[in-house]
Amino acid sequence: MKIGFYPGCSLKGSSREYNESVVAIAKALDIELVEIKDWNCCGATAAHSMNEELSLSLPARILALAEAQGLKEVVVPCAACYNRLMVTQHELKDNNKRERVTDIIKMPYSGDLKIINVLQMLETYAMDKIQEKVTKPFAHKVACYYGCLLIRPHKILQFDRVEDPQSMDAMVKLIGGTPINWAFKTECCGAGLSVSRTDLVAKLSGNILKDATERDAKAIIVACPMCQSNLDMRRGAINETLSNPSDIPVIFITQAIGLALGLSPKELGLERHFVNVKL
Amino acid sequence: MENKNKISGDIHSHTGVEVARCYQCGKCTAGCVLASEMNFPPSYLMRLLQTGTEENYDRILRSNTIWLCLNCENCLGRCPMEIDIPKIMDYLREQSLNKKKVNRDANPIVSFHKSFLDSIKYTGRLYEVGLIAAFKARTFRLTQDVKLAPKMYLNGKLNLMPEMIKDKKGIGQIFSKTIDNPKTKNK
Repeated sequence: MKIGFYPGCSLKGSSREYNESVVAIAKALDIELVEIKDWNCCGATAAHSMNEELSLSLPARILALAEAQGLKEVVVPCAACYNRLMVTQHELKDNNKRERVTDIIKMPYSGDLKIINVLQMLETYAMDKIQEKVTKPFAHKVACYYGCLLIRPHKILQFDRVEDPQSMDAMVKLIGGTPINWAFKTECCGAGLSVSRTDLVAKLSGNILKDATERDAKAIIVACPMCQSNLDMRRGAINETLSNPSDIPVIFITQAIGLALGLSPKELGLERHFVNVKL
Repeated sequence: MENKNKISGDIHSHTGVEVARCYQCGKCTAGCVLASEMNFPPSYLMRLLQTGTEENYDRILRSNTIWLCLNCENCLGRCPMEIDIPKIMDYLREQSLNKKKVNRDANPIVSFHKSFLDSIKYTGRLYEVGLIAAFKARTFRLTQDVKLAPKMYLNGKLNLMPEMIKDKKGIGQIFSKTIDNPKTKNK
């Protein structure tokens, strides 16, 4: 089976292990990923904080490119990109906005591309196959952390439930793991201010890590490169806010599934993390 | 009364949000992770908007509140009236920038956004090394995060060269017709 693929900038840079693990498990599950040609950055927080038309035009160009390439469905593993593409498609249902934006990008745009996140791709196309191919059950107690952009705003994304989501928990159970109940599943880690206000972000991320660690999770599982790099690379600054420093790793759901499918830690980019992954 | 109509009218026409619908239950503030760091929290901002005075509007545009908002969308998720506060925040930030009223404490945040967008404008994709270098140059925070860089490099997380897209002209045009277009500044 073939599906369009928008990696986004993080997956090509500081979160390349997310890309490596998405590509590796897609291959293992017989999903062919077709990258959108000449894709650009979605604009992320910076664009929508500064200029609305820019924040709609950058994602619109990506969607228009995918349409021109004949893709019907595109998987977007980065929660931030997924959110921006979904919000843009929703906003461009408004005729005035669509006219303005298509005039800016100078490309035809129909708006009928189906945009899905990595959990939706696995739920729709690979649940049976994953179950069938688990060779090394991921027998760990973990905290599934959804963050914000994967599930909110619910009216537009229509994915999972807005409080206490379950899709990642179900995936972890499927590969033999035990998801814990905890309080910070959907609390914001603050990644948007990671560089500009590291002090605040360390506090927010500290709350998340503290709860997961105190409830004896052996790892935090994520589906967002912002959450991952924030909780992993900023661990030094975060631990300075905690009375008991935490050393639990933060890994992508695709890495957890990859391990269960018997792929090597190297193929899944687990050696790239700042906090050692000893699972 | 004239101003009252103008401020809430402008917000309504640009965001579709009716500020009068807020009945001050405070759930947005209760769920906001940065409420305690803000000059005033989101429910208070809604109340200030409802008063409709230029004075209160000016206070909002000069506050750190609009820049600390992470757009995590928790307020919207929990609002019994489904008021899209994050969308109002986007609009207010743009107004604050255009009217040159950005809160001084928010300068690093705006510098980060500008550095981010500059990087995309020239290469089409985010070039993280360039972003950090530009951010440091804008804020003079030369030593920040220098401890992270070598490990990022060793772990293969830093590209030393930017990824360029082919259609750089197309991206350039998107910028010149939107954020770099002087005509859009006064809308």
